[in-house]
Amino acid sequence: MSTLWTQLEPLLSKVQKPARYIGCEDGSLHPQPRAGQVGWLMTYPDTYEIGLPNQGLQILYEILNERDDAWAERSYAPWVDLEDELRRAGLPLFSVDTHRPAAEFDIIAFNLSAELVYTNVLNCVDLAGVPVRAADRRPEHPLIAIGGHCTYNPEPISDFVDLVVLGDGEEVVGEITDIVREWKASGRTEGSREQVLRALSQVPGVYVPSLYEAEFDGDRLVGIFPRYSDVPEVVEKRTITDLADWPYPKNQLVPLTEVVHDRLNVEVFRGCTRGCRFCQAGMITRPVRERPAEQVRNMVSNGLRRTGYDEVALTSLSTADFSGIERVVADTVNDPANCGQVSVSLPSLRVDAFTVGIAAEIQKARRTGLTFAPEAGTWRMRQVINKLIRNEDLYGAVESAYSQGWRRMKLYFLTGLPTETDEDTLGIAELANHCVELGRAHHKNPSVTVSVGGFVPKPFTPFQWFGQNTVPELYRKVGLLRDATRKSRGVQLKWHDPKATLIEGIMSRGDRRLGPVIEEVWRKGGTFQEWSEFFDHGLWVETMAAHGLSVEWYVYRHRTEDEALPWDHLSAGLHRDFLWQDWRDALDQVGLEDCRWTPCYDCGACTGYGVEHVVASAVPPAGGSQGTGQDLSAGDSVPVTIGGVRSSIGASTSTAGVGTS
Amino acid sequence: MRVRIRFTKVGKVRFLGHRDLARIWERTLRRAELSVAYSEGFSPRPKLSFGLALSTGYESDGEYLDVELASTAEPPQLAALPGRLSALLPEGIDATAACEVSRSEPSLQQAVTSCSWLIDVVDVTVAEATDAVDRALAATELMLTRERKGKQVTDDLRPYLLDLSVTGPTPTGARLLAELGTQPRTLRPSELLAALDPPLDEGLVRRTHQWTTDDGARRELIPLDATSAQHDGERAS
Ligand code: SF4
Repeated sequence: MSTLWTQLEPLLSKVQKPARYIGCEDGSLHPQPRAGQVGWLMTYPDTYEIGLPNQGLQILYEILNERDDAWAERSYAPWVDLEDELRRAGLPLFSVDTHRPAAEFDIIAFNLSAELVYTNVLNCVDLAGVPVRAADRRPEHPLIAIGGHCTYNPEPISDFVDLVVLGDGEEVVGEITDIVREWKASGRTEGSREQVLRALSQVPGVYVPSLYEAEFDGDRLVGIFPRYSDVPEVVEKRTITDLADWPYPKNQLVPLTEVVHDRLNVEVFRGCTRGCRFCQAGMITRPVRERPAEQVRNMVSNGLRRTGYDEVALTSLSTADFSGIERVVADTVNDPANCGQVSVSLPSLRVDAFTVGIAAEIQKARRTGLTFAPEAGTWRMRQVINKLIRNEDLYGAVESAYSQGWRRMKLYFLTGLPTETDEDTLGIAELANHCVELGRAHHKNPSVTVSVGGFVPKPFTPFQWFGQNTVPELYRKVGLLRDATRKSRGVQLKWHDPKATLIEGIMSRGDRRLGPVIEEVWRKGGTFQEWSEFFDHGLWVETMAAHGLSVEWYVYRHRTEDEALPWDHLSAGLHRDFLWQDWRDALDQVGLEDCRWTPCYDCGACTGYGVEHVVASAVPPAGGSQGTGQDLSAGDSVPVTIGGVRSSIGASTSTAGVGTS
Repeated sequence: MRVRIRFTKVGKVRFLGHRDLARIWERTLRRAELSVAYSEGFSPRPKLSFGLALSTGYESDGEYLDVELASTAEPPQLAALPGRLSALLPEGIDATAACEVSRSEPSLQQAVTSCSWLIDVVDVTVAEATDAVDRALAATELMLTRERKGKQVTDDLRPYLLDLSVTGPTPTGARLLAELGTQPRTLRPSELLAALDPPLDEGLVRRTHQWTTDDGARRELIPLDATSAQHDGERAS
């Protein structure tokens, strides 16, 4: 086996944080590949600190290594100092497990969770010694694959990738392995790369961009069509039906150096049906699939014992909604084996007193800060985005938190939302100011940090037709908030750079014509664009202009109902007319209840794939559920009180209709 | 009960920093189900204390850690402890000895009076290295200006240079053996090399021993002949 360690070692003495590159994590594997096995390099196109905890990557790493016909290692984008050293020494991108050159793998698979990492993908491919454009690759080159949330519009980077995986990866990686194994066995002869890609395009959930033609009429996209009749017109995402079948990661990696989320992470459910209209993650991961509470408990207790962590996070898009939440938390906190030293964290707190109660249960000692995400400043605005939190809900949660000892609140908001008025924007400051007031009854110096992000419309959400706010408009709104909070002691305002929001917007809903822009920005050194010290807004804007592309057209323009969208040939199961209706409802300020506990709206996520929600409880969690419009104190029945009642197809929660869409 | 553990840090893990090592030990002790005492207060931390920090990138045969066990804890089998911990530690970090130390003994920071080092210097011949070493030993003072807490400070390193010799060639240069003082402050190998005439370039560096002084006599912190089994026996009797 070939390892670059001896060549890398002297370079590591010259760079910052060399521990990023040594591997050796508890749980890491040292595969000894045999002939014919398919090698996967699971790559995160950002730093080790951010990439290591990525659960998707770790899950697939384990699943692949359990197979007889595959092996997998991991790689992360080297920081700029090591990249310089590697290029100077003529060394390639490498795996951290055995320090093997990236080009020795059959597939380099990237996890893409943010748009600004695209140039890092190109950089990693180039560092691997692989041509950055898919069209220039030869049979001996690895296949470049991408997965993760950004793949729901992969068009901007479609020139650079061979295959795109939509949805849950657990099953599909095996199917891809089968095909690539055959390809290897056949000797990867001249011309065989096209054949293997053609074969891969037949796997449900796999999109091969080179087999599709994007047709334009002037500026206007006509559509993206398969070049061959056997290539599917629409690629559907993959969905695993039951999380209980996939208790991964079984051996979560324990890094030797500091990373984000450095704790045990146990995924308690996947999917979300609250229907927040800005939230792509919620839309594309439907339906809800809960892990059985018993399995969660086992994963927690085994994981803690194996790793030695003193913190476990129960992860999902809204963990307080997990039916088994109270018992799992109580069991973990009270487990004598944990000696009272283990803390539980809920990364996504729901805004209500029930959730604060759970937080109180688990944070007996360190009550420093709590985070809530009301997302918008007024009830009107929250109806538009379908995040149905009343001001009283937030105040109740904050009051309850202050009275139980927390001093610092962090509130997350979006600005630049559809129909947003200055009154809505200023509502953010009002909420924050009121929260500090509530805190003063309990503490001398309560503080509220308000974090404001500019809204970027995402594919497969009801807001995919909305024209994003301009950079000056976002600056103006931030300015309004700055003025409105300047005098309030205790309120701190933070905001995401509107210029970065703009570039995210270009990628979010862009099309194939952006390929040359991304390539040029990369060639001019524009890597690590997620990092403010490297983010180069001017470079992007100039490059767009140089290629004759209009930021206005890509980002600020509202789309019409009949406009072809660059992701129309991909599907997350959601019917386009469901999304369009939801968009109209948003403009009418009509809310939509959570379909977990109310009738199905036939959005398509279950009905289209013949799957259902897997929830242990037929009623919403105790304490209530925003979005159901129910009485928060009762936590029981689900009266339909909010907005127009939508006629729905299923009378009860999705009776698995077989796929017609 | 206070337990002192000696451990190695060699191979890839030499790139770990001091804080990384502390976290690894916290997790390892929990996995070994040793009941470590926790500090009081707002955010309780396990009571671990490390000796003199080892620079990131250096290897060591002799790192030390003192662990304060909870008063309620069952005293561990000290003879078996190194093996038990090594099985849980990453490759390159091995516990090599453990013994009980009384709470009245000075802390590791205070106890260590000097360290022995193997220092590889690169791009230099044995003869050149020997010249530089001889010059340093013959000098009455070795001045070096360093930045400390943002200020330029010039010190004489000579009192900290207890011993220095060239042990022989390496594929890329020569290997030095040094004993460097640690009280009241520590002389690091990189500082020594910078103060030589001419300064030498550092290759791989390995700490081999940390010494303490007992009535004027130098000994390893956990005496090399005192196996942990003897300590265990003493306590059991
Ligand atoms: S198909 Fe029905 S039940 Fe399933 S996520 Fe969509 S609306 Fe909800």
